[in-house]
Amino acid sequence: MSTPAGVAPPKAHATHEAHHEPLGFWRLYVFSTDHKVIGIQYAVTGLLFLLFGFSLMMLMRWQLAYPGAALPLIGNLLGEARMPGGIMLPEFYNELGAMHGTIMVFLGVVPLAVGGFGNFVLPLQIGAPDMAFPRLNMLSYWSFFLGGVTMLASFFVPGGAAQSGWTSYAPLSIIAGSGQTMWLFGMVFLITSSLLGAINFIATTIQLRAKGLTFMRFPFFVWAQFVTAFLLLLAFPPLEAAAFLQLMDRLAGTSFFLPSGLVVSGQVMTNAGGGNPLLWQHLFWFLAHPEVYVLILPAMGIVSEIIANNTRKPLWGYRSMVYSLIFLGFMSFIVWAHHMFMTGMGTAMAAFFQTTTMIISIPSVVILTALIISLWGGSIRFNTPMLFATAFLPMFGIGGLTGLPLGLNVADIPLHDTYYVIAHFHYVVAPGTIFALFAGIYYWYPKATGRKMNETLGVIHFVGSFICMNVVFMPMFLVGLAGVSRRLYDGGAAYAFAQPVLHWNVVSSWGAWTMALFQIPFIFNFFWSIRKGEKTGDNPWQATTIEWTAPSPPPHGNFLTPPEAYRGPYEYSVPGAARDFVPQSEA
Amino acid sequence: MSEHAATTQHTAADDHAVDIDKHVRIYITVFVTLMALTIVTVAISRFHLPVPIAVSVALLVATIKGALVACYFMHLISEKKLIYAVLALTVAFFIVLIFVPLLTVHDGYWIRG
Amino acid sequence: MEIPYTVEIRRDTGLNNGKIAIWLFLASEVMLFGALFASYILIRTGSTSWPRGDTILNVPLATFNTIVLISSSVTMVMAWASLMRGRFNTFRIYMASTVLLGGVFLVVKYFEYSHKFHDDLFPRTNNFLAIYFTLTGLHMLHVMGGMAVNAYFLGPGAKLYKTNPVWFTNRVEHSGLFWHFVDLVWIFLFPTLYLL
Repeated sequence: MSTPAGVAPPKAHATHEAHHEPLGFWRLYVFSTDHKVIGIQYAVTGLLFLLFGFSLMMLMRWQLAYPGAALPLIGNLLGEARMPGGIMLPEFYNELGAMHGTIMVFLGVVPLAVGGFGNFVLPLQIGAPDMAFPRLNMLSYWSFFLGGVTMLASFFVPGGAAQSGWTSYAPLSIIAGSGQTMWLFGMVFLITSSLLGAINFIATTIQLRAKGLTFMRFPFFVWAQFVTAFLLLLAFPPLEAAAFLQLMDRLAGTSFFLPSGLVVSGQVMTNAGGGNPLLWQHLFWFLAHPEVYVLILPAMGIVSEIIANNTRKPLWGYRSMVYSLIFLGFMSFIVWAHHMFMTGMGTAMAAFFQTTTMIISIPSVVILTALIISLWGGSIRFNTPMLFATAFLPMFGIGGLTGLPLGLNVADIPLHDTYYVIAHFHYVVAPGTIFALFAGIYYWYPKATGRKMNETLGVIHFVGSFICMNVVFMPMFLVGLAGVSRRLYDGGAAYAFAQPVLHWNVVSSWGAWTMALFQIPFIFNFFWSIRKGEKTGDNPWQATTIEWTAPSPPPHGNFLTPPEAYRGPYEYSVPGAARDFVPQSEA
Repeated sequence: MSEHAATTQHTAADDHAVDIDKHVRIYITVFVTLMALTIVTVAISRFHLPVPIAVSVALLVATIKGALVACYFMHLISEKKLIYAVLALTVAFFIVLIFVPLLTVHDGYWIRG
Repeated sequence: MEIPYTVEIRRDTGLNNGKIAIWLFLASEVMLFGALFASYILIRTGSTSWPRGDTILNVPLATFNTIVLISSSVTMVMAWASLMRGRFNTFRIYMASTVLLGGVFLVVKYFEYSHKFHDDLFPRTNNFLAIYFTLTGLHMLHVMGGMAVNAYFLGPGAKLYKTNPVWFTNRVEHSGLFWHFVDLVWIFLFPTLYLL
């Protein structure tokens, strides 16, 4: 199809630029097109945002534990506009809440899970020299970076950052201050980054996989990133459209989301009206539901790799896991309005979304069960990655199971917008996904640096985080069941019915602050091990997947000769083999 | 007819040099059809048909025009299975996006009367 | 280090990297415009009254624009066909025509919009105009983007034809796919906004 008549196809080397002069510092480490550098950029930036988003939450937790009390030391640093006399204003609480959610989801978890791990590991695992479009990859990172800068800058505009929830519901978000406009522009940068990244990931996975690496021989991590890329590709554009519409409402005076006859603070709105706030909710959740699968799928991928490796057994039910993953990805597009059960939809559509939501739990359970069964009969090595990966299983289990009542529209009535919801989704994302991400960092650190992270510090990080996560989030189920709504700046203190459960707010807060302390060993370990970690060879974990055949760290171009896949990804403990693992690309 | 480079690289089939002439004839035909259909759709709109009928007819004509552009200008009619698969998925979700929010908002109305 | 299948196709998929990438991008664009069409439907069906397109908008001008855009699609595909036939100069003529026709489209749009503003009709005036300006505005941005890429291949980018004509032809083809998509969106936009 693509060869013009009368022209011979060019020789191979004519198509690449001269890579032979050494690149300067800026081209090597800042504006690099190498997927490994970009992956590390995403990972480090993502981790910094995770820390920042966590800090915002720690501030909030003071107000929730001790509503109206002055925060010692730090309270006086945040200015009279936000914390007069060290006491948090409700508007500031809302700012913190909206930005905590936005930053954790869009600037923390996804950049680390997809941008970081996806970029670094995927090409190596499929035996490719880089991503299909290295320059597009670099553009994706810098678009994300710009989005992050925009979001951070929004704290400094008059009125502060966005404060209408990470969900930015209309009409509140339309009348909010200029921080909301910056949120919208920030989202446009972030969405652009994700779209370009998704295109790159899909094209790379399909086109650049090694010879012999058929789809059913992919490591589960590759499948997870592949399906995630489709979710990003097809679900993000409606939110981009919605962001444009909200920008039009805010800046051009349109009424896409503003109903007629709206009265705000006693003033009748002068806009044309005729809009529909529910339109925003549909467009937002059309993205945001698949987005939560974007948050969990890479985590499942990471955990799968680590479990197979540390049980010295193939994954149980690989095929079922793959089919479940694909089914899950597809279903994730048709469940979104379970976030909207309370918006007045009729029984027919409520039944539709309830049904699809119940159905979508099945592939999740299949994947979780397969991973649990994979532990059975294994020679389990409890190194730090495995500790986090194993803990992921019950934590994700709790998160997933507690989602079921929320997915049933009647049971959702008392639970909607309460702390029960907060507990549910944090279990999935915090001791769920974030644990998987920690696991992945400990696991692939040797590949990226040639050194292992310290095990003792890793165990301390794990034990402390595991206990604290449960201390923070388990009580929230009780608080939510008692009826305390989310997004209340006093944690429910103004309500009589909430009095019996208020003390749990204090427990959660101390859990969170203690959890911060346990991240210190991790942060220290991360940087210290770059120079002082135990040196390793190419394959310190005796793993089967192709990335472990490259040098640690891999050079530009990854492999000295293009690898070929000869077998499945998890050939551990093969009877009759010389060692307890047979690498996928070993002839 | 160009020669194939003696490599392991597989470049596109060179029979396309001959196909191009056939393709160009198709492009012209499609162009004329698109012009005609444009005139048709504008002409029909002059009749100010009841909205449901007007919408159906306009969408039908637009779909035919769109299909011609997609199939012939974009060569979709002879594309690879992989592309078809991606587009089929996209079309499915596009349909969901168009119809489901509408049903959800109006389902409530119908119940309330 | 060379990325395989940038130009030559991979045998089991039958595609080169760029072809997959552009179709994936177009898939995301389908969802983008789809969301806007869905918004249009929701707002229109939720409103008590909705003006018929031809009572507010200029149908003859838009019909002309439709013809312009469809013509530019033909010149675009002919530009690629010329490259396939190895006729670089013919390519330049067709590509220049494509960019020119795109320019005509934009000029007409400029007159349309300024007419509306002159008559005190802005996006904030009512929801019909809001969705009209938003949909055609976003489409117009895509026309500009497509024109920029086409202009690049007409101008500085054309150097690639000398060193790697196959790659250049592919890139023009992929750019053409984007341009046809922009035309396709207009084929639906035009009746939706102007005729219904």
